Amino acid sequence: MLSHIKKGLIASLPLLVVLTVLLAIWQIAADRPTSTLPPPSKIWRDCQELILHPFYNNGGLDRGLGWHLLASLQRVGMGFALSAIVGIALGLLVGTSAIAMRGLDPIFQVLRTVPPLAWLPLSLAAFREAQPSAIFVIFITAVWPVIINTAVGVRNVPQDYRNVAAVIQLRGFRFFTKILLPAAAPFIFTGLRIGIGLSWLAIVAAEMLIGGVGIGFFIWDAWNSSNISDIIVALIYVGLVGFVLDRLVSLAGRLITHGTSG
Amino acid sequence: MPAFLDISQISMRFAANGPAVLDNVSLAIDSGEYVSVIGHSGCGKSTLLNIVAGLLKATGGGVLLEGTEVNSPGPDRAVVFQNHSLLPWLTCRENIRLAVDQVFGRSKSRGERADWVDSNLALVRMTAAADKRPAEVSGGMKQRIGIARALAMQPKVLLLDEPFGALDALTRAHLQDQVMEIHARLKTTVMMITHDVDEAVLLSDRIVMMTNGPDATIGEILPINLPRPRDRLTLSRDPAFVAARAQVMTFLYDRHRNPAEAA
Repeated sequence: MLSHIKKGLIASLPLLVVLTVLLAIWQIAADRPTSTLPPPSKIWRDCQELILHPFYNNGGLDRGLGWHLLASLQRVGMGFALSAIVGIALGLLVGTSAIAMRGLDPIFQVLRTVPPLAWLPLSLAAFREAQPSAIFVIFITAVWPVIINTAVGVRNVPQDYRNVAAVIQLRGFRFFTKILLPAAAPFIFTGLRIGIGLSWLAIVAAEMLIGGVGIGFFIWDAWNSSNISDIIVALIYVGLVGFVLDRLVSLAGRLITHGTSG
Repeated sequence: MPAFLDISQISMRFAANGPAVLDNVSLAIDSGEYVSVIGHSGCGKSTLLNIVAGLLKATGGGVLLEGTEVNSPGPDRAVVFQNHSLLPWLTCRENIRLAVDQVFGRSKSRGERADWVDSNLALVRMTAAADKRPAEVSGGMKQRIGIARALAMQPKVLLLDEPFGALDALTRAHLQDQVMEIHARLKTTVMMITHDVDEAVLLSDRIVMMTNGPDATIGEILPINLPRPRDRLTLSRDPAFVAARAQVMTFLYDRHRNPAEAA
């Protein structure tokens, strides 16, 4: 037990050193009256409440960062779930059918290059409400890598596995569930990982525009009230949550594919 | 009366106007016989095995198994692949189980199938590591599971595609002994592709020697009349073994040298 803690400390030592050095440089560089950005010491004084009490609620929009993050996560969760379902289904279709591939792939290749925020006005026009519009933007952002990676995974099922299936005469639905899906699973999870990363990128930008509640709106609101310290704290939270999301999808992939995906 | 496994006048071209990989290959294998096909790489021996397996369609000729033509893959001609081809997301046991469920799904009950999987695991002495995934066991163990999977299908012919090629010498010898033992016990008909002369002489009843491609065909067939069970240690000094070995070596390295080396 003790040796575990010791090993953990030694392993995280380089990170702690780098963080300390960066904070020190930042403190020295920003600790003067002419500085446009606050030093870490001022951020701590300004935002103690924000950092230590993420779930306070003073009514209206004056809530802790935790609530804003939860609102954003909820939108990302719904949009991402939708894109996972639709993306895997379309990817399987395009990967298995040459006709579907010829009909759909060129459309995917064009639409996937459209920046997420370009969909927002159209989305607002169609749904006329902030919440479904934001969810749609997440969906349309995350769905392309899921489709494309699933299709690649399905098309690249190794000939070895196909030979095994042929010898034991696995066909149709059983071939699909016993060979195709598990063989493509590592690719599918690669797509999902890219998708969740893009979703988190898009939600912050989308929320800046639609307002209400959410971490993106919080950052925009802080900018409008010149609370630069709040923005910096929010940025750190956004980064940490994005990191956790990526790791969660990666972990789910490892569990489901029994370690055959990275 | 055709032979048990009758390969007749097989020829194979991968492109319509391309060179023939195999030209007019005919071979009759008896029930229970262990036949090795040996030749340099690129002589089309694996192609021949894939045609018998039904994984490739010959451009000419045909294969009869017990008088019935085969032209698609099936569990009656189970294949042990060179690179084991186990499914990495299944445990060793599940890999065999998938084949057993598929082949005996109607004819055996659930319990009988589970017992059958266990007895095949025991046959290749893999009971202890049965619930590990292929990535967690050694190359030799993977190949044993590949052999158990093929045997569990109760094939009429067992097709071995360089089954020991990727293994180190000690593991290979150990596995060869196991295959000999299983062959003696089950009397399975075996067709094995190999490029290892010692392996061919040790295991086979007959050795089929292929000429180099293109237009590869059977150059010579050597019967190995050594008594069974065979022991690699005593055989290595046996004049009959040494003579057979020399004859295959002469064919491969004198009369039909590897074109890649000769050039």
